[in-house]
Amino acid sequence: MTAYAYYPGCTLHGTAVEYGLSTEAVCRALGIELHELDDWNCCGASSAHAVNPWLAHGLVARNMRLARATGLTELAIPCAACFARFKETQHALGDPKTAAGIEEIAGGAVPRDLTVVPLIAILGAPSVREKIRAAVVRPLAALKVAPYYGCLLTRPPEVVRFDDPEDPQTLDEILRALGAEAVSWPGKTACCGSSLALSCTEVVLDLSHRILAWAEEAGADAVATACPMCHSNLDMRQGQMRRAGKGDHHTPVYYFTELVGVALGIGAAELGLSRHLVDAATVLERVPARARG
Amino acid sequence: MPAAVESRDALSFVEATSGQKFAECYQCAKCAAGCPLGRAVDLSPQQIIRALQLGQADLALDSRGLWMCVGCQTCVTRCPCEVDLPRVMDALRAYALATRRPAALREVAVFHRVFLETVKRLGRVYEVGLIGGFNTLSGRLFDSVDLAWPMLVRRKIKPLPARVRARREVAGIFARAEARRAKEAAR
Repeated sequence: MTAYAYYPGCTLHGTAVEYGLSTEAVCRALGIELHELDDWNCCGASSAHAVNPWLAHGLVARNMRLARATGLTELAIPCAACFARFKETQHALGDPKTAAGIEEIAGGAVPRDLTVVPLIAILGAPSVREKIRAAVVRPLAALKVAPYYGCLLTRPPEVVRFDDPEDPQTLDEILRALGAEAVSWPGKTACCGSSLALSCTEVVLDLSHRILAWAEEAGADAVATACPMCHSNLDMRQGQMRRAGKGDHHTPVYYFTELVGVALGIGAAELGLSRHLVDAATVLERVPARARG
Repeated sequence: MPAAVESRDALSFVEATSGQKFAECYQCAKCAAGCPLGRAVDLSPQQIIRALQLGQADLALDSRGLWMCVGCQTCVTRCPCEVDLPRVMDALRAYALATRRPAALREVAVFHRVFLETVKRLGRVYEVGLIGGFNTLSGRLFDSVDLAWPMLVRRKIKPLPARVRARREVAGIFARAEARRAKEAAR
């Protein structure tokens, strides 16, 4: 049994509820214990750092102190944007002058011995991936999936130190362990427009449409992601893309944890598959269901 | 304040806050080539850093490109000189707001304000309040309304907000961070 302190972030309790449900279900099935931080606060992504870097560090620092209070040394973060903010603050703590400023804003000492891990790195570690492969009861053999990493899991590389920033492989390998085909496509690390969704919607529709079009041209039946911002732009805004004349997409976008859960035989309701705006059930009908065990 | 003095203040604030030296950029334009917003902005990342090199902070501060940058980190990842442009952008916006300069893309500034007001009050994001507040203040009343019902029935948004118990602690972080930014921008 491996245990992690767990920071879900705001979206996993809200717009990315299916990411939260599937994360917890999959970790339970794999014997990974998640201890949610007590009374955690928003990390500030994507607004705090954009207008006041001190605020961004202060908000993260409080959560780092809560993580340390669990007694665990590793902090698991599913959301790519939250993960990147924690890594930025850890990076900033490396400079003594900045660190003093951060502790002043945070109102106390900030732990330096915490390891911040994106959930995808935990499930993608070779030993866990092999465990997943062995536990698959419903191979996704009929599915072609576009592995979509987005921006913040791998960039900037000196700060986040995860996978390759131009051609990452972790998600590809997880998908292959599930029996799915990870298609080769140009959109792996493209930007969806992120937090411009409300303020510059047109730009987000353009960028997100382009990503879906690339995935479809590569023959993908679905897109897999680890980022709630990417998911909400790609899944929820397909209707707006259609009405704006950008493109007629009907491509389901899954959190990678949902696909792991499906392959492990976990039920659709437990994974939150009905929470998508684009139908997420039909594509999965191609994958024959088998009883667990 | 004369423009030249203000520009000098902005440049030193941005260099100190971002920890970046503008002179290290040799204008290869890799940042502009990879910028996902290249087609949508007035000044590219390369042009923004050029303006700073030339001491013309006003050009950068008043650009739409500054407010449209979402910090996707593509530019810094590819920069051969390792100039961290997203940090420069963060510092420029911080300076613009601390000195009450109108944003070239008002909607983006409104979004950040409403978002952070929510977090300051509740400790967490509250989507209904965020969309409602943004639509009211930006005057775009019916934006995203098509998504409200589908999100509600899927329980992706909740009518009532989640709240942190230690809200005073969170408010303290906001107060100290805001005071520090204001002090540094006034220096």
